[in-house]
Amino acid sequence: MSDITAPPPALSKRLGGLTATGIVLIVLVLAVVLGSVLTAVEGRNFFSTGNLRDILAATSVLGFIAIGQTLVILGGSLDLSVPFVASLTGVVAAGIMAGETGNVAPALLAAVGLAAAIGFVNGVVVSLLHVHGFIATLGMGLIISGYIASNYQGNTGSAPRSFRLIGISFIGPIPVSTLIMLGCALLAILLLRRTRTGHHLYAVGGNPEVARLSGVRTSVPIITAHVLCSVLAAFAGLLLLARLSVGNPTIGSQGQYDLMSIAAVVLGGTLLAGGKGNITGTIAGVAIFAVMDNVMAVMEVAPFLRDVVRGAVIVAAVAVYARRSIDRRPARFERPGVLDAALQEAR
Amino acid sequence: MGDACHSDRVPQPVQSPSDARHAEDSPVLLRARGLTKSFVGHTVLRDTDIDLRAGHVHGLVGENGAGKSTLMKILAGVHTADRGVVELDGSPVVFHHPLQAQQAGISTVFQEFNLLPERTVAENVWLGREPRRRGLVDVDRMQRDTQALLDELGVTGLRPQQRVRTLSVAEQQVVEIAKAVSFDARIIAMDEPTAALADHEVGLLYDIIQRLTGRGVAILYVSHRLKEIFDLCETITVLKDGRQVASRPAAELNDAELVRLMVGREMSAFFPGPVAGTEPGQPRLELRGAGNGYVDGIDVTLRGGEIVGIAGLQGSGRSELMEAIFGVRPFTRGTMLIDGSPLRPRSPRAAVRAGLALVTEDRKATGLALNQSILDNALGPVRAVFPRRTGRARREVPGLLTNLEVAARALDQEVQFLSGGNQQKVVLARWLATDPRVVLMDEPTRGIDVGAKHAIYQLMRVLASEGVAVLMVSSELPEVIGMSDRILVMRDGVLAGELPSGSTEEAVLHLATGAAHQEAR
Repeated sequence: MSDITAPPPALSKRLGGLTATGIVLIVLVLAVVLGSVLTAVEGRNFFSTGNLRDILAATSVLGFIAIGQTLVILGGSLDLSVPFVASLTGVVAAGIMAGETGNVAPALLAAVGLAAAIGFVNGVVVSLLHVHGFIATLGMGLIISGYIASNYQGNTGSAPRSFRLIGISFIGPIPVSTLIMLGCALLAILLLRRTRTGHHLYAVGGNPEVARLSGVRTSVPIITAHVLCSVLAAFAGLLLLARLSVGNPTIGSQGQYDLMSIAAVVLGGTLLAGGKGNITGTIAGVAIFAVMDNVMAVMEVAPFLRDVVRGAVIVAAVAVYARRSIDRRPARFERPGVLDAALQEAR
Repeated sequence: MGDACHSDRVPQPVQSPSDARHAEDSPVLLRARGLTKSFVGHTVLRDTDIDLRAGHVHGLVGENGAGKSTLMKILAGVHTADRGVVELDGSPVVFHHPLQAQQAGISTVFQEFNLLPERTVAENVWLGREPRRRGLVDVDRMQRDTQALLDELGVTGLRPQQRVRTLSVAEQQVVEIAKAVSFDARIIAMDEPTAALADHEVGLLYDIIQRLTGRGVAILYVSHRLKEIFDLCETITVLKDGRQVASRPAAELNDAELVRLMVGREMSAFFPGPVAGTEPGQPRLELRGAGNGYVDGIDVTLRGGEIVGIAGLQGSGRSELMEAIFGVRPFTRGTMLIDGSPLRPRSPRAAVRAGLALVTEDRKATGLALNQSILDNALGPVRAVFPRRTGRARREVPGLLTNLEVAARALDQEVQFLSGGNQQKVVLARWLATDPRVVLMDEPTRGIDVGAKHAIYQLMRVLASEGVAVLMVSSELPEVIGMSDRILVMRDGVLAGELPSGSTEEAVLHLATGAAHQEAR
């Protein structure tokens, strides 16, 4: 009988065997520990209910968008139109609601339907016209922003109090909006792990040719991912509306949700080229940003320095992941470990 | 059936599979007759018959370009034959897509892996056919079924939930086979399944094949390794230049006979001889016990004025040796001397500084910037490594291109619009502009026309006469034999031996396939 047994891996190899998600979760824990110490130095309690609420509430908007962005990136695409979808759905819903509780349901339907249509167009352009997601959604973003600029000057509409509750209710220290976001994350995880579309999304993002030869209809997962991404951006826009109580036409672009969501996805260990990654990492990435921002706000760090720290964290994360990429052709005579490779390079 | 193409050459009388039916009592699963396929007017396979029998391994051999891959791809549904019929259990079938063939019970394990490295073994095996329960993918069943497949193949030490990227090449090959079997395949075609495997890993494949044939699966086995062919196959079909030269029981053939059938070609005066007065000079490049992860124990001395050919099978480490010398994947052991002084380039840049040049195997991917001009491509390495010589190179390059007879409208034409041969000449020009002392050429004439080939051969001779050392890798044996002053043969990452100029193709193949020493496994 043939037995392919490998020798027990060296220590360096076992450390190197840590998954990207593992690394992100460790970084998140470190960020929390460091954050609580720094907050304590400022004479405040990081774990106070108020502070925890602030941090968690800060994760929800970016969380929605980053979940959608993860799906799209896993499929090898990208979505730069998310901030504009968030703004558009916010102003449209605010206009329909016009302060009346009875209008909330049609407003939500209209917002989600509009977003789904936008996502569908993005998905079709990317998968059937073979325009790269970067360009397709950049164009879509420009079109939407042009429409908003010419049709909405300043704040419009208003959300009724019943709808605003979503933005301001808590269950213990946890904001309801964050719970909804985490619910969406769970559904996305289910999609990726337990549906064919999810499996095929990884396959198409990993290698479209392999997927096609295996009988996968490659456009289906891509279109699905784009639709879901836009719908999740609409959720973010609706949450912003609930918090602000009026529709703001530039709320999405102010938040820089396009680039910040991509940063959170990449920080979460998802490969920007697609085919590898998961939602858990993305949520951890979003949480790391929220903790960092919270601590820097408590410490009253200058805005410029905050961006420097954010930028450095993203670049450092990708640099760590890049060291872990592997050679396509396995060695025949020796398998250099991570340490050997590092030593070789240092020489 | 048309006979128009039967006239031009008369090889050995073709023995049809039906003549070779001695002691063959197992049923024929697949019967192909008169398969013919042309690409843009070039016939790559003509009038080929093949019978695949339940529980038998049918070997398919031939040199590169003999039509083996085309035949496999027709059976796999990747290509459709221009003429001829394929019968499955006696009824004719035509496939237009690999999936149709798979559903009919014909699976193919291609030479390049079709696996997703970041997905698990189970996810790869069942991609596109994930089992579902109540609408959701049944992950447990997927893993159970994969485990059952692996058990069936007798593979231990491989788990369904392992990521493919963590597997060795041999294990990845097993996953490919498991995927092929998972279609309930009754016929499995394997295209050089051992090409990327080390010797000790081949045994695993033997076991799997034995189990499959034991279950009545018919296997079409393509390999360059004659030992494997004789170890495994009941029947052997030989293709040469797209024609079926023989189809006989393995017992009626031996190594020498098989190699003769595969080669059987006369050598033309196509290859220019050395320029008068060319003499081997000082050692330019010396390797002593050099090795890295891909090649090992390499001892070579390359002198100025010499053209040395490297032969070997796909995956034998030929290109890897070139890459190691050129610093792409540097040597980690042993010594390397350039013009007598120790130097082990750790990057291509260092190699170019030291006077080396590498014409890579794939000019479109790694040889040229396709959307840049001829001039920019030709100046690339000089600009990057010797910026102060750029001015001089700019004056010299047009003459260089003229000497090479590059046919182009103007020097600012984008390289992508040139023919393959002209593109290859631009690749050569870009290295000549650096004044190299050692030129490494990996498949220098792949996919180019005869005229351009001849021009490149002549250039090699001229380089040698100027004292440059030329090291060439080629899969085309006539080229290696016709152009080399010495032939190094590689096998499994090491030098299997050295042959003098004018050796026969048989001798090279014997060394490359390890047919000479039939040590028990």
